Amino acid sequence: MTSLKPLAGALALTFLAVLAGGACLSLAVEALRGSTEGFAAFDSYLWRIARFTLLQALLSMLLSVAFAIPLARALHAHPAFLGRAVILRLFALPLALPALVAVLGITSIYGRNGLLAALFGWLGLDVIPNIYGLTGILIAHVFFNLPLATRLILSSLDSIPEDYWKLSSQLGMGGWARFRLIEWPVILRNLSGIAGLVFMLCITSFTIVLTLGGGPRATTLEVAIYQSLHFDFDIARAVSLTLVQLCLTVAVLSFLSLTGRPTEEGFSLRTTTRRFDQPSRGTKLWNGVLIVLGLLFVALPMAGTVVSGLAADLTRLLGESLVWRAILTSLIIGASAAALSLIISLALVVAREYLASQRRYAPPKLFERSLDLGASLIMVVPPIVIGAGWFILSRRFVDPFSLAPIMVVSVNAAMAIPFAFRILRPTWDTAASRHNRLCAQLGIGGWNRLYLIDWPVLKRPSSVAFAFAMALSLGDLGTIALFGNNSIQTLPYLLLQRMGSYRTQDAAGLALVLGVLCLLLMIAADRGASTLAKREVRNIG
Amino acid sequence: MAEHSRHFTGASIRLDTVDFDYGDMAMHFDLTIEPSTITAVIGPSGSGKSTLLNLIAGFETAKYGRIMIAGTEVTHAAPSERPVSMVFQDNNLFAHLDVAANIGLGRRPDLKLNETDKAAIAQAIQKVGLSGKEKRKPEALSGGERQRVAIARALVRNRPVLLLDEAFASLGPALRHEMLDLVGILQEKAGMTMVMVTHHPDDALRLNSRLIFLDNGKIAASGSAKELLSDNGPSLLRKYLGAEDSAQ
Repeated sequence: MTSLKPLAGALALTFLAVLAGGACLSLAVEALRGSTEGFAAFDSYLWRIARFTLLQALLSMLLSVAFAIPLARALHAHPAFLGRAVILRLFALPLALPALVAVLGITSIYGRNGLLAALFGWLGLDVIPNIYGLTGILIAHVFFNLPLATRLILSSLDSIPEDYWKLSSQLGMGGWARFRLIEWPVILRNLSGIAGLVFMLCITSFTIVLTLGGGPRATTLEVAIYQSLHFDFDIARAVSLTLVQLCLTVAVLSFLSLTGRPTEEGFSLRTTTRRFDQPSRGTKLWNGVLIVLGLLFVALPMAGTVVSGLAADLTRLLGESLVWRAILTSLIIGASAAALSLIISLALVVAREYLASQRRYAPPKLFERSLDLGASLIMVVPPIVIGAGWFILSRRFVDPFSLAPIMVVSVNAAMAIPFAFRILRPTWDTAASRHNRLCAQLGIGGWNRLYLIDWPVLKRPSSVAFAFAMALSLGDLGTIALFGNNSIQTLPYLLLQRMGSYRTQDAAGLALVLGVLCLLLMIAADRGASTLAKREVRNIG
Repeated sequence: MAEHSRHFTGASIRLDTVDFDYGDMAMHFDLTIEPSTITAVIGPSGSGKSTLLNLIAGFETAKYGRIMIAGTEVTHAAPSERPVSMVFQDNNLFAHLDVAANIGLGRRPDLKLNETDKAAIAQAIQKVGLSGKEKRKPEALSGGERQRVAIARALVRNRPVLLLDEAFASLGPALRHEMLDLVGILQEKAGMTMVMVTHHPDDALRLNSRLIFLDNGKIAASGSAKELLSDNGPSLLRKYLGAEDSAQ
């Protein structure tokens, strides 16, 4: 019997191709249609924005990675201190923390009325911190990417064989020799991939620049695309900005593919290999200072979100029907996007593995490679580009705002696919390699195989992927900012509106609600991932 | 589908000038295995031992030639359609299913078991010495017990050919001998045709089997284990066993 798996993969790929390809095609047609206006839009303003986009991404990347290396080393040197697991869990949170929530937390610490300003005042210093502009963007980007880079570098350090540490201890290597001969080669091998990933995330950052950027002097391409469509309705400029953004992401991803990706981090806490070196008292102190500073940098804005949120009139806020409608809309959109991303990722993973097992020793064909690439398509064509493309295309036929639910669900689902794919694929590939021969011999196929063999294995990673995808979707502002209107408002959209109308306390309260929702989903995902890791160890049938 | 094997007697196996390419390596097998016998296959790593079993089981397809089991051509038949059960070195069990369910799959792939099936499963569990452990998951079993479950499943499947692909390689010597004795007894009672890949020539002696020595994808020697493993055995086999080196 012919398997339906490749067909499922083809359908998933078609969906992604239509979503990204439709947007690109629309932009290309628009660019050709109004080429004179289009070329005029490639002015000094555009190049200034492109330069700033690159500059802020470069600085964010350098700062994040430069601080992450010593922090990861410090965490790796002390694999068993009290609270280490909590720190690592905390470092996983920014990954799913909505950018808008983080921005409010950062403002509560580094803003004009924040903790830092109060500290300066207490010390009698006449310094008023200015969070808006490049400084704020950099702080927010480092807040998000320092923990990510730290976890990735820590993961690289975890891959160093235990024997190396035995050897370094036996040979009496000092701190510098250990770094140069053991740690640095491993870090270096993954550094370009980690730096590239952070650069990529910063180049496509939208919410942070939208809220902390200060006018034309601190605007990135993504924000300029949004402004040109939402406020100026300048299609020619939107098209030129989008094309430049697309070229930038393609260039960065091409560079990344040449330099290699960072080691897969996974979503659970890994056990660090045992180290046999004894750090000196001075090293311990230095490492302690680094860990505390890193912890404060990440934890304070989160604590700030909670404190400001609790100071808001939550009873009144939660009594507003508008708030409940936004929560419900967010949950429905989040759940739909998560379900769609899960279905597409499963189809891609299952079809890819089927084709790989069928070809045996032959090299992978185009279709199989396309299934892999399809999962990462959203990295090449950022959500805002897809949104802009479909916004421009749809306005010829319908009111673009009426497409809001479909567009937000589709783009959010696509956003979560790279993560869902990575969560599902290892479990599925391992299970398939274990089960395929046995199922073939016992004649277990079709529904029997799905119900008895595959679903019990996929159940947990699917829930993890679902929870993670839903958290991502709940916090997204990119597409809803473009398509949102009075009839469809998600929680981040409502939050942005309250921030825009200077109802800061309301915004803080909504940020707390949004943060708690995402946190609960992340805890569910993390718990699921930890169980998955344990099951992998026990899974020895 | 499985009705042909309900008689539970051995079946002959014939590999008629079978060619198979594994990457750059060309393999060639021309071989007849008599019904209800035990054949041990030994040879260096990469000599084609597992490939030979995979060809018989249907996990690999011959490039040229024919494979016959009990006189019926099965060259292009799916693994589940062949009168063959196979026990692998690892991953014989589904980790999320208990012992009884893992064995039950050998009876019905949808696990909709009737009373006859349940009785057959209980009997097989008893035969392999796992009574009382029906509800255990594989993680709660030792390595030897897991292989017993796989053998029990082979028993309830009632296929006339049993293939063991280094099935006991990960067990200690005492447990390996125990398992060999168990399959020896079961084979004798059921009259199955058994082919086993092993790295231990003494396994063939223990089961008093026929021995096939593979080298570089071809049958380099074939005969009774006692003869081949004696001092007068073929030079290539003696070299593989390290006997010539130690003699020198």
